[in-house]
Amino acid sequence: MDISGQFLQLLLTGLTLGSIYSLIALAVVTTFSITGILNMAQGEFVAIGALLAASLCAAGMPLGAAFLVSVLAVAALGGLLERAAIHPARRASGLTLVIITIGVSISLRGLALLIWGTEPFSLPAFTKGGPLFVGGAAVSPQSLWIFGLAAATLAGLYAFFELTYAGKAVKACVINRTGARLVGINPNTMSFLAFAASGALGAAAGIFIAPLTLATYDMGFMLGVKGFVAAIIGGLNNVGGAVLGGILLGILESYGAGLVSSGLKDALAMIILIVVLLVKPEGIIGTINARKI
Amino acid sequence: MKKPMKNITLTSLVIMVAAGLLLSGCTSGKDAGNKAGVANEPYKIGAVVDISGNSSSLGLPERDTLLMQVEKLNAGGGINGHPVELTILDNKSDETEAVLAVKKLIEQKVLAVLGCSASGTSMAMINTVQNEKVPMISMAAASTIVEPVKDRQWVFKTAQSDIVTVKKIIGYLKEKGITKVAFLYMNNAYGDGGKKVFINEAAAAGIEIAVEEKFEASDKDMTPQLTKVKSSSAQAAIVWAIPPSASIITKNFRDIGLSIPLIHSHGVGNQSFIDLAQGAADGVILPIGKLTVASQIPDSDPQKKVLLGYIDDYTKKYNTAPNSFGGYAADALSLLVSAIQKAGPDRAAIRDQLEKTQNFTGVSGVFNISTQDHNGLGEDSMVLVQIQNGQWKLLK
Repeated sequence: MDISGQFLQLLLTGLTLGSIYSLIALAVVTTFSITGILNMAQGEFVAIGALLAASLCAAGMPLGAAFLVSVLAVAALGGLLERAAIHPARRASGLTLVIITIGVSISLRGLALLIWGTEPFSLPAFTKGGPLFVGGAAVSPQSLWIFGLAAATLAGLYAFFELTYAGKAVKACVINRTGARLVGINPNTMSFLAFAASGALGAAAGIFIAPLTLATYDMGFMLGVKGFVAAIIGGLNNVGGAVLGGILLGILESYGAGLVSSGLKDALAMIILIVVLLVKPEGIIGTINARKI
Repeated sequence: MKKPMKNITLTSLVIMVAAGLLLSGCTSGKDAGNKAGVANEPYKIGAVVDISGNSSSLGLPERDTLLMQVEKLNAGGGINGHPVELTILDNKSDETEAVLAVKKLIEQKVLAVLGCSASGTSMAMINTVQNEKVPMISMAAASTIVEPVKDRQWVFKTAQSDIVTVKKIIGYLKEKGITKVAFLYMNNAYGDGGKKVFINEAAAAGIEIAVEEKFEASDKDMTPQLTKVKSSSAQAAIVWAIPPSASIITKNFRDIGLSIPLIHSHGVGNQSFIDLAQGAADGVILPIGKLTVASQIPDSDPQKKVLLGYIDDYTKKYNTAPNSFGGYAADALSLLVSAIQKAGPDRAAIRDQLEKTQNFTGVSGVFNISTQDHNGLGEDSMVLVQIQNGQWKLLK
């Protein structure tokens, strides 16, 4: 493989990695936009979705059915957690709520450890067949599925927030909770729906990536952190920014590992997070500061 | 509106600190003592095993084997009439937890400590057992666990050292006329140990390392590292890792369309490597203890009887075939029991007795431990196998 082939391969790998981060960042951003809460348990939704689907598949359920059941189950779990842990503390400060989600994250990981143990689980690829070759670089069909899911999710969320009445209602909640209440929007219902949706999105992401990365009870932690970094880079309440942040992070990691040193990979995400927070805390295309109330 | 921004920055920093704290956890223990009314005082043995975390694929069969062997031992009257009380602690594949666990065991006055499963966690305990003068038998691979012997007086190990594996691989490369290789390893004590020995031995054998790359145990995609292999002129790739990362790199290796031979270390000697790689493992060549191919080795082999006996016991109890890691645990316990039998319940005497072990036929090989070699296994303890259709096949 020549040098341009190598660059292309790293780019494709980075795009796959970046799409994974984008999906998690999208879920983080959705919850944040609606409720103002940074959900640190997002990674655990990914892990539980992947593990559940792997178990259902191993028990003989077709992949499509396993996907649907897992996504619905994790959505229900997300909603349940919102009612059990977030709702009772809804008048607390943002920081308290974030700490609650960290607690939820630890509990979920413990639960996953009890149910599935420490062994990794595998899930079959969605489509059979070997890698496709683009200009000398290989890309696995599963990566294409992940690109597809990221693109579809981005389009869906964008359409929801910008084009639908419900989406606008959701945005109203985060801009002014009291104002939204006055015009008949119930922020409590919105918060419940946001957690259920991020559960579903997280589980879908987990199931799409499991054929490539395997599913383990502790896979969610690092993915959650990376998704969080991607969301910060993108500006936390901007779905386009989350995808851009995720892809940027994935590509930087891939080039960092492939061209400089593989030890640099995880450090890079943290360095980027610190730099973005110091230099441009509103995110590269964030709008938090620009908004005038 | 400046204020909310500050909050987000603050929140993010708090989260980063909290994330760091999340990496630690809690302890779990398991006792397998004999509760029957035996008059003799029980002999206490401790074990620190990587039951959860990244090395759990090694630690779980080891824990199961230890529990099984101790039960069998106590049913047969224990050691010289004394029942054995085994305490197994989980180190969660974490070096700090391993040190805490071994200190806890020493406080409980154990005669000796077995463990750990991985090289990194084993290395972490060495300082403590050396200072406290407690015999320790590791079940991990890195040669540095027992070398240099003068600084490792109290440390022994049952897994074949990297050097044995490396020599087996170099022998294969020479036989095939391969002179340029790529070397990929896990960024931990196991991978690092393998790398150091391989670099030395390869240089001595005139084999050039065209690409040298590492990856993290928790990495999900090693395509960037393999890209370098693909653009090099390496004639074979050698990977020093354990599952799940070893399985992922094997999948990536096939996905990226590399067609050179892929050689793994004995770290992938368990069924979960094959299962997790989902077909990508076919064609992989590796040196391994004889356990996985016990039925294929000739009857004249001195280990055959021990191997079949262990496989039979394990399969009956757990309904699944044992792997090499369980074998390391079985040998660690047998070596210790045999030493206690002769030396009695005295730490120093047990250490001296372990060092005198000769011609001890175990699951992992025939042990000849000496004052120079605290492992005692030679090249004859391993065979080369190839994975074919998800099965281990002895390479003739």
